[in-house]
Amino acid sequence: MGNAKNYNLIIGGAITGIMLLFMLTGFFYTPHDPNIMNAELKFAGISFNHPFGNDNFGRDLLSRVMVGSFNTLYVAVLTVLCGTFFGVLIGALTGYYGGIIDEILMRINDTIFAFPSILLALVFVSILGSGRNNVIIALGIAFIPGFARIVRSEFLKHKKMDYIVSAHLAGIGDLRIIFRHILPNAAPVLLPAVMIGFNNAVLAEAGMSFLGIGVQPPDPSLGRMLSEAQSYMFRSPVMVLAPGIVLILIILGFSLLSDGLNKRP
Amino acid sequence: MSYALQKLVTMLITLVAISFLVFLSFHLIAGDPATKMLGTEATPERLAALRTEMGLDAPFLIRYLRWFQAFMAGDFGSSYSYNMPVSVMIADKIPITLALALMAFAFIIVLSVPLGIYSAKNANQPLERFIMVVNQIFMAIPPFFAGIILTLVFGLIFRLFTPGGFVSYKTDGLKFIGYLIFPALALALPKAAMAVKILRSAILSEMHLDYIRTAYSKGNTDKQVLSRHVLKNAMIPFITFQGMILAEMMAGSIIIEQVFGIPGLGRILLSSIANRDYPVVMAIIIWIAFLVLAVNIVVDIIYGLIDPRISISEKRR
Repeated sequence: MGNAKNYNLIIGGAITGIMLLFMLTGFFYTPHDPNIMNAELKFAGISFNHPFGNDNFGRDLLSRVMVGSFNTLYVAVLTVLCGTFFGVLIGALTGYYGGIIDEILMRINDTIFAFPSILLALVFVSILGSGRNNVIIALGIAFIPGFARIVRSEFLKHKKMDYIVSAHLAGIGDLRIIFRHILPNAAPVLLPAVMIGFNNAVLAEAGMSFLGIGVQPPDPSLGRMLSEAQSYMFRSPVMVLAPGIVLILIILGFSLLSDGLNKRP
Repeated sequence: MSYALQKLVTMLITLVAISFLVFLSFHLIAGDPATKMLGTEATPERLAALRTEMGLDAPFLIRYLRWFQAFMAGDFGSSYSYNMPVSVMIADKIPITLALALMAFAFIIVLSVPLGIYSAKNANQPLERFIMVVNQIFMAIPPFFAGIILTLVFGLIFRLFTPGGFVSYKTDGLKFIGYLIFPALALALPKAAMAVKILRSAILSEMHLDYIRTAYSKGNTDKQVLSRHVLKNAMIPFITFQGMILAEMMAGSIIIEQVFGIPGLGRILLSSIANRDYPVVMAIIIWIAFLVLAVNIVVDIIYGLIDPRISISEKRR
């Protein structure tokens, strides 16, 4: 790439920044109450007061998209945190100690890993029931194997290296070696995976609430808004386009950003 | 040959392990099916009678073995909510979901291979840059949103198909395929865009290697180098990705079926999850697991065919 500007990083960062601002604002402030219905404004078009128009119940679409995307962010962030935390824990311990438990856990891990995460999450939801928190748990569990795999292979690599061998000789305890010595060195490999995981979590959350499993009505979520809008899309395309484009921008911004970060020397 | 056989044995063991895990988790959480079936009509006597009849009083492992044996023989138990055998319920749905997933997969290959090769050949030229920008946007489109847009544009505006007008393969095979074109396209577009990107970067990174310079110095043209040398190696990451995708296509079709009103496995799975109809959920999960594993095996075998290095290093492990 030479001296070429890292456009991925710049554009991705800009889009992600704007979308984050948009989502976080939705938590503190919305122009209108997202759940208040107004029969007079049913399918109202774009206006100064309602920049995205109104939906089939006369609710303000901009406010709903804002709160909905905040819900998506909330689920995605907690999912990735949950997946990363347990993934790192399992990957670090199995990679470091090895042995029969490692063998068994990794067999199970590989099996789960081969399974599409949405499907796995559906299984957990069928056991736990629907709702926002259950979706976080379900998706979080589904995300663990991927992270565990990456962290484990890093630990396998690092534990044989000289600096760890000398740390052992210096009498440093296992836990300290695992979390203070090896883990920071595994971070550069883990970070891109976390970013890709975030995008997958956004997609999975949207997909699940599209199926009616995630955030429960009347609270808005992007996926559910899309599935509700489907019946009215001919009459009011903006009902489909608003949540859809916001969803695309979130994913696009984040994938550009992670591409850009990877390319950086 | 022994390589394929070894893979097959691993697959069977994994499948047994999955079935055990699924049975165990549903056994732990689902509670007592007999109580569920009787509902408000449950009395201790009737409960005990039904439990004996269903074989629920046997120890867990025995019940698992019985269930597994029946499953292998094609008897997946009966649905709680419909009181009919699960095998009957899902038998004619599997072809629908499978056809959708395979069509989407075919679209991915057809779209991504030429585009990936084209963009690698013309890397960083103006038109190629434009294609890659569009490609990056397509990667970010959730399949169900693509499905809604395709329905809006091609179903409602251009009237190329009737949304919701699904025709079963039993009635008219051609119309069935015709209806699946747009759902498959919706499912394929984002993944095809990813495949283009992967193929492009795989080809580009091969192009810098020494053996390519050797091939050129022997007097090969661009076309010969690409088709005889580069593609063979660049195909490896591409095929890995395709294998992962095919599994995801099965899961993705569950959502796309909802968008286009296709009565496949996805619809039964969702309604069974809502009704807590566990035998149906279990059967569908294991079926999909089976299909996923089967795909993995096929991918592994293709690897072995393309790249002899792989089966050797596998054996050493």
